[in-house]
Amino acid sequence: MNELLMAGLYVFVLAAFLGYQVISRVPPLLHTPLMSATNAISGISLIGSIVTAGAKYNTVSTVLGVIAVTAATINVVSGFILTDRMLKMFKREKGPEKK
Amino acid sequence: MSTQTLFIEGTYFVASVLFILSLKGLSHPDTARRGMFLAEFGMLIAIVGTLLHRDIVSYEWVIVGLLVGSTIGVWLGVWVPMTAMPQRTALSHAFGGLAAALVGVSEFLRHGEHLGTFKVTALGFEVLLGGITFTGSLVAFAKLQELVKGAPIVYPGQNVGNFLLFGSAFVIFIALVLSPGHTILFYAMCALALLFGVLLVLPIGAADMPVVIALLNSYAGLASAATGFALGNNVLIIAGTLDGGSGFILSILMCKAMNRSITNVLFGAFGSATATVEAGEEGVMREVSLDDVATQLAYARKVVFVPGYGMATAQAQNAVRELAAHLESRGVEVKYGIHPVAGRMPGHMNVLLAEANVPYSQLYELEQINPEMATTDVAVVIGANDVVNPEARDNPKSAIAGMPIIEVDKAKSVIVLKRGRGKGFSGLENPLFFKPVTGLLFGDAKTSLTRLAAAVGEL
Repeated sequence: MNELLMAGLYVFVLAAFLGYQVISRVPPLLHTPLMSATNAISGISLIGSIVTAGAKYNTVSTVLGVIAVTAATINVVSGFILTDRMLKMFKREKGPEKK
Repeated sequence: MSTQTLFIEGTYFVASVLFILSLKGLSHPDTARRGMFLAEFGMLIAIVGTLLHRDIVSYEWVIVGLLVGSTIGVWLGVWVPMTAMPQRTALSHAFGGLAAALVGVSEFLRHGEHLGTFKVTALGFEVLLGGITFTGSLVAFAKLQELVKGAPIVYPGQNVGNFLLFGSAFVIFIALVLSPGHTILFYAMCALALLFGVLLVLPIGAADMPVVIALLNSYAGLASAATGFALGNNVLIIAGTLDGGSGFILSILMCKAMNRSITNVLFGAFGSATATVEAGEEGVMREVSLDDVATQLAYARKVVFVPGYGMATAQAQNAVRELAAHLESRGVEVKYGIHPVAGRMPGHMNVLLAEANVPYSQLYELEQINPEMATTDVAVVIGANDVVNPEARDNPKSAIAGMPIIEVDKAKSVIVLKRGRGKGFSGLENPLFFKPVTGLLFGDAKTSLTRLAAAVGEL
């Protein structure tokens, strides 16, 4: 169990440092898409929910798991769609006027 | 390691790398979209990998969850207007927190007293953070959607009560780690976390929402990371940490942009007490006519627009763009000055203006636009108040003292578009409105801007 903890801590700390470096370089211009993107990405908790929902440990687990799968899927799908919708709008120069 | 496990772990590894690359892409608008495709692909293969997990014996409920979630997700993703992004973000934090908390509860129920210290600790964090995020975000959503009043809700003993509540949740958490068999403790902790989430966000005013949203984003991410610890899953730890870190960095940036500490935002109940205190400074507001403003703008060399939350509520972003187009066709240089806390979430104004087809090369950050103010002929403030309040710079006793502002009062002329003579969300009087350089144009921002555009077009 301790090995698992140490391995987890390594990953956690390294991800935190890397995340800090990468995310501080995101310009304020893109902070809303950043939030919606990280939201979608952390919807990866879906993979934990899928196992809980599909493993038939017991009824309560299955019910909780299915709700969790639904909630996480909403985040993943809507998060990625919205991020793309937003990023599509950012243009460097004047595009043709949409009327 | 069996081939199957190897394959699953492989998909997780690839997904982790792709997630990091996608966030790296977000450092520039030109690479951002491509980056997100990487993340989407990463997510897809991680899900496919997970479906092969040996613990999964029945797929029907998994598929039901995926289908229902996708349907709601597509609907939300396509339907939500850009002005509603703050609410939608709060809602998605709620879903994220809920998912993490539920997986935590289910894991606890399954293993109960057989859990080791490490796993109980991880599950405890998961459920605590998930629970707080879930209810806290729902309250933030309700405030942003104006289902409840945006003003801070305060009562005597609030902070003491909240501290005691959080303290008892934490004591129960410790007790649970020491004796994981006590299921009742676990439920008590869940209940306290849910209650604490509500009480934490209730006293926070609508104008402080950028910080709160960023902070809840951070909690939601950390809850996912804790899930990763509990399940021994690295991709969850990585994605959760990236999300948590991003939320944390954003909340620090937002606090800096208001010159306040996180503690002050969370426990200060800003704007509730100060409203009545400062009634001293009164002056004459100079009202200007629409035609005057149109003439001023049309014959200016450089015009800077400073949008605030009022632009979003009036849905005026397209009207701004229309006016800017008329000005540019006359050779006026047009720029936009964006304060980091303008609006209700980080980057809110940028998204709205981008949606209205404003090229991002015209969007300037606070530090970039301030040096240009002295050479600006007309600064147009659209539904912004505190972010242009010179009190923050000039009056060290002001409640917003030290907050960096966009110094529109240094421009040769300032036009403030305002609905009425009322005060801003912080309840502070804004001396900018009484300065000789300032002219006020009352009325709905969208209507005023549309009429201005027409008037400029006719000149």
